[in-house]
Amino acid sequence: MAEHKDLLSKFDPLIKERETLLSTGVMDPYAIVMDEVKSPTEAICNGKETILLGTYNYMGMTFDGDVLQAGKEALDNFGAGTTGSRVLNGTYQGHKECEDALREFYAMDHAMVFSTGYLANLGIISALAGKDDYIILDIDSHASIYDGCAMGNAQIVAFKHNDVEALEKRLRRLPEEAGKLVILEGVYSMMGDIAPLREMVAICKKYGAMTLVDEAHSMGFIGENGRGVCEEAGVIDDVDFIIGTFSKSVGTVGGFCVSNHPKFEIMRLVSRPYIFTASLPPSVVATAATSIRKLMHSGNKRAHLWENSKTLHKGLRDLGFNLGTPEAQSGIIAVIVEDMMQGAMLWQALLKNGLYVNLARPPATPQGMTLLRCSLCAEHTAEQVQKILGMFEAAGTEVGVI
Amino acid sequence: MSGNEATADKVKALIEPFNKKGITLSHDTRFADDLEWDSLTVMDFVAEVEDDFDIIITMNMQAEIENIGQLIEAVDSLNG
Repeated sequence: MAEHKDLLSKFDPLIKERETLLSTGVMDPYAIVMDEVKSPTEAICNGKETILLGTYNYMGMTFDGDVLQAGKEALDNFGAGTTGSRVLNGTYQGHKECEDALREFYAMDHAMVFSTGYLANLGIISALAGKDDYIILDIDSHASIYDGCAMGNAQIVAFKHNDVEALEKRLRRLPEEAGKLVILEGVYSMMGDIAPLREMVAICKKYGAMTLVDEAHSMGFIGENGRGVCEEAGVIDDVDFIIGTFSKSVGTVGGFCVSNHPKFEIMRLVSRPYIFTASLPPSVVATAATSIRKLMHSGNKRAHLWENSKTLHKGLRDLGFNLGTPEAQSGIIAVIVEDMMQGAMLWQALLKNGLYVNLARPPATPQGMTLLRCSLCAEHTAEQVQKILGMFEAAGTEVGVI
Repeated sequence: MSGNEATADKVKALIEPFNKKGITLSHDTRFADDLEWDSLTVMDFVAEVEDDFDIIITMNMQAEIENIGQLIEAVDSLNG
């Protein structure tokens, strides 16, 4: 009798790679536990005081007093969870208030809150583009975008990262009468670079394609009112849909889509990832709504975050690290290392010195790169940034990266 | 069936700059297993083919194309 096939055997190469890496004695970079979190920028990891430089907590809202108070009140008044879908028993007053806050934040007509940012991309993309429609996307798009495309079974056309000409060539070749959705990101989260949205959105208009921009890593920080790269580039009124998340600048969890499309509200009845999952707990939407309203008036914090990002970028470049962008373009600074082994060594040396960053590897990263990804927070002090540079210098020298 | 000869010649010429291992090309040569291309190389190569023939090969179609013969057939069907 034939032996039954073990469906997990397809993961053997990855299991072996991990065993090889861990057998050298380095810590598992994907199994770190935060024992205590003291502030948006500090935690206790493995009993050691650690500066957090890999949380996407750009605006430091996780411990904001007003945000916490709103969450506590909602927990007391509305309970721990909704136990229901947004379209059944899961829409509370707090979910509507959260959507009101988003409409105001973006000055748009419609807002739809999902349970995570991942689900927002899945839910909007899969509902918009079906089997006979074309989705034209940047090859370096986030996993949630690709998964949304697969779920909708759309025809996927990828173009070279941030290449305006490659986008235009593809739009020009597609059938004129076909439905087309171009998906772009404001900030690409691996390298921390921004998209040339002014040029790209103009081309989409020219070829009659609808546009969706994922502003997950720019909300609250980039643009005069923190509306993202679309705002900064002056094209926010030309974009059809903006996707965002509460798990970065907003400081909690959840996702959303905002739009001025007159038929947008029908999305609530056709988006499966909106319908077939429980809505966010009342405390979460209360913290999100409070945070979003405070982010409307955070010009000073935005300015300080830019300072932090520019200081860290220049400091790391001067130390001799290879960085993902020629200058600071967002709150993300990516340090490019040779391979997973060197990345894990540098990551561990930094952690031992008291600094946490993200170790990112393929397939999440572009071009097979291994990255130590740093994300800054408006709550990092100028002194902390200098301390971080000192830690990078020590660890980089120890591991032989610089 | 292997598509027309002109397409075959053109496709093979486009492969050569990416054929770092100097593999002898036939219709049965596979991109991943024989030429050992990674996803990045595939993307660059597909862009070359698309530009040369002025066509679009969607990622859905790419997923079905494993060897040179299949690519030639796909290009011919898109050109047809």
